[in-house]
Amino acid sequence: MSGTTQDDYTDRYARRVRGMTTSEIRALFAVASRPEVVSLAGGSPYIAALPLDAVGEMLGRLAAEQGTTSLQYGIGQGTVDLRERICEVMSLSGIDGASPDDVVVTVGGQQAIDLIGRVFLDPGDVVLAEAPTYVGALGVFQAAQAQVRHVAMDEDGLVPAALSEAIAAAGGRAKFLYTIPTYQNPAGVTLSEERREEILDICAAAGLLVVEDDPYGMLSFEGDAPRPLRARRRAGVLYVSTFSKTFAPGLRVGWVLAPHAVREKLVMASEAAILCPSAFAQGAVTQYLTTMPWREQIKVYREIYRERRDALLLALADLMPAGTTWTHPRGGLFVWATLPEGLDAKAMMPRAIAARVAYVPGTGFYADGTGRRHMRLNFSYADPARLREGVRRLAGVMEQELAMRAVFGASVVDAPRRRGPAAADAPGPDLA
Amino acid sequence: MISATGTPPDLDVLVLAGGLSYERDVSLRSGRRVLDALRGAGVDATMRDADATLLPYLQAQPPSAIVIALHGGIGEDGSLRGLLDLCGVPYVGGDARAARLAWDKPSAKSVLRDRGIPTPDWVALPNDRFSELGAVAVLDRIIERLGVPLMVKPAQGGSGLGAAVVREATALPAAMVGCFAYDSTALVERYVDGTDLAVSIVDLGDGPLALPAVEIVPRDGVYDYAARYTAGLTTWHAPARLPASVAEAVATTALAAHAALSLRDLSRVDLILDEAGEPQILGVNVSPGMTETSLLPLAVQAAGLDFGKVLADLVSRAVARGGLPE
Repeated sequence: MSGTTQDDYTDRYARRVRGMTTSEIRALFAVASRPEVVSLAGGSPYIAALPLDAVGEMLGRLAAEQGTTSLQYGIGQGTVDLRERICEVMSLSGIDGASPDDVVVTVGGQQAIDLIGRVFLDPGDVVLAEAPTYVGALGVFQAAQAQVRHVAMDEDGLVPAALSEAIAAAGGRAKFLYTIPTYQNPAGVTLSEERREEILDICAAAGLLVVEDDPYGMLSFEGDAPRPLRARRRAGVLYVSTFSKTFAPGLRVGWVLAPHAVREKLVMASEAAILCPSAFAQGAVTQYLTTMPWREQIKVYREIYRERRDALLLALADLMPAGTTWTHPRGGLFVWATLPEGLDAKAMMPRAIAARVAYVPGTGFYADGTGRRHMRLNFSYADPARLREGVRRLAGVMEQELAMRAVFGASVVDAPRRRGPAAADAPGPDLA
Repeated sequence: MISATGTPPDLDVLVLAGGLSYERDVSLRSGRRVLDALRGAGVDATMRDADATLLPYLQAQPPSAIVIALHGGIGEDGSLRGLLDLCGVPYVGGDARAARLAWDKPSAKSVLRDRGIPTPDWVALPNDRFSELGAVAVLDRIIERLGVPLMVKPAQGGSGLGAAVVREATALPAAMVGCFAYDSTALVERYVDGTDLAVSIVDLGDGPLALPAVEIVPRDGVYDYAARYTAGLTTWHAPARLPASVAEAVATTALAAHAALSLRDLSRVDLILDEAGEPQILGVNVSPGMTETSLLPLAVQAAGLDFGKVLADLVSRAVARGGLPE
């Protein structure tokens, strides 16, 4: 007699989904959604800061006055109106002269990354990415059956020599560099002004495409961010951004700016995947950018996040056990902490959940399962008092874990992940 | 008039799921499955989390009965059941005292051993004993006494969280640290090689009934969290591939454990059939998993019963029993 696996389709799944499993870390994040838990694990913007009544009126008008188009199918590339507004937004960051025709509107930045994966990656191709990098991009590259090679960073972002080495080691199989040069997720570091040209030169010399993901560039706390890579070099750079952090992630509107030939392929790939992005969401963003004080709103977000970053950094300085270090982001949403020798952020998670605090263990940001001595801390969602309370709880957890490891002399083994993708160590997008 | 086989149409059942334990996610899945099954059996059921709004809610609109689909924490440690008794709300499953006993694995194992019910040798140690007595000395004694391989698991908890098989003495310290991340007391057990089995027990009015044993064969050899809750990673044989006499011995042992721990309505007894063909009890669950990949629903199906109907019958029995008198 044969048993049941409770899944009659096991033999039929595509190879790219075979590693997908539930995980105990995902289970722990389920607890983090309860209000008793101070979550430093999410990446949610502080949407309560939006003028929600005014946004509501705007959305009502969008349906009532433009419903015949805003509730209808649209074109695969996205509406012309929105693409023109997007070019204006990009010019504020220093990307001048971009043509609306070279912009493709996507369902958040995530779909832009996915489209790029579909257009460029064959199984076995190599993608170079920062160490650590955005977990959602790792998911795209895994689905494309590409190999991710991580490239070292320091406090000035990607290390040029490490990039050169990685390109050489890939032996021509690297398709592109995926980089978040500004206020990086998860590390919170920014590629320095000096290095930007150097990185571009290295990639140009190697014929390596650059995929620049720039969701946080406008969330600067200390002067303007360095100009994007795309502002410096048109050829060979695909630029991805989103309205998720500057307006609202619930609308799922992002975009990619690509060289013309690539843009054609991206549109076809997008039509194959989703036909067209939501006309209503695009209408909402267009209206928001045309009729509401969106630049002021970004300033509001910046002020809130700067205050929260300061609160988090102060709490870390006051409360963290000796031997802990962390980055000092000049913008964005995240601080990356490195734990004292011997601590394992992933193994420590249940203890943290029991103490009612959550973070994302570093392993969620590495394709190879390394990163156990690190954790990502978000400061955009919780208020300063709650951030401090979260750090207080976290410090207690670390002290206990340090004591436990001292007793047993157990060392941390940075072993490859036994199964499951990096996303198994990171929360779903709904966790605040 | 309520019978164990007929569900009155005006029953209003509350399924509790979620909670703050490590098994919240599993519990939400269990709760949803229980809710669907009850509704499928024609029972009016709703689901909610066990949070700060629960007790006021129960006071304002007490349900006919509660099905506890909470795993770990208050769902199994007896505390919620004690409160429900206090509120006079009937619930399906063992009472507070029985739950507390079954939930704490070392206590449950002591009771089983006292009753002559086989369970692997063990030692239970709170984490502070290691700092007090010196970890090396304590671990050396454990190895000396129990040998390897060993099973290390939290004294309280489920779903394989924090559990590890230790095949070499050098791996024991790391397993202890991993376990202590989940609980302050570790159960270190002699590892028994054999066939993993689970026997679900339900009492539909004629006394505890052992459903067909379910045999567990994890694809990668380890029945960890992912293997439990990712369909496709484990093969379950229901009924287990056992000779009739062995199946009977397994059922008898499971029923003895259920009785020894004074459980009622339903439970799940996890056993291992050792290489000599003897069943040994690993643990008894007072709030068994009810997810798509859980063992009790598989056993119910193997017995030719309808999951929703079984739940409805258990609810009727709880209603007939009533809450504890105030």
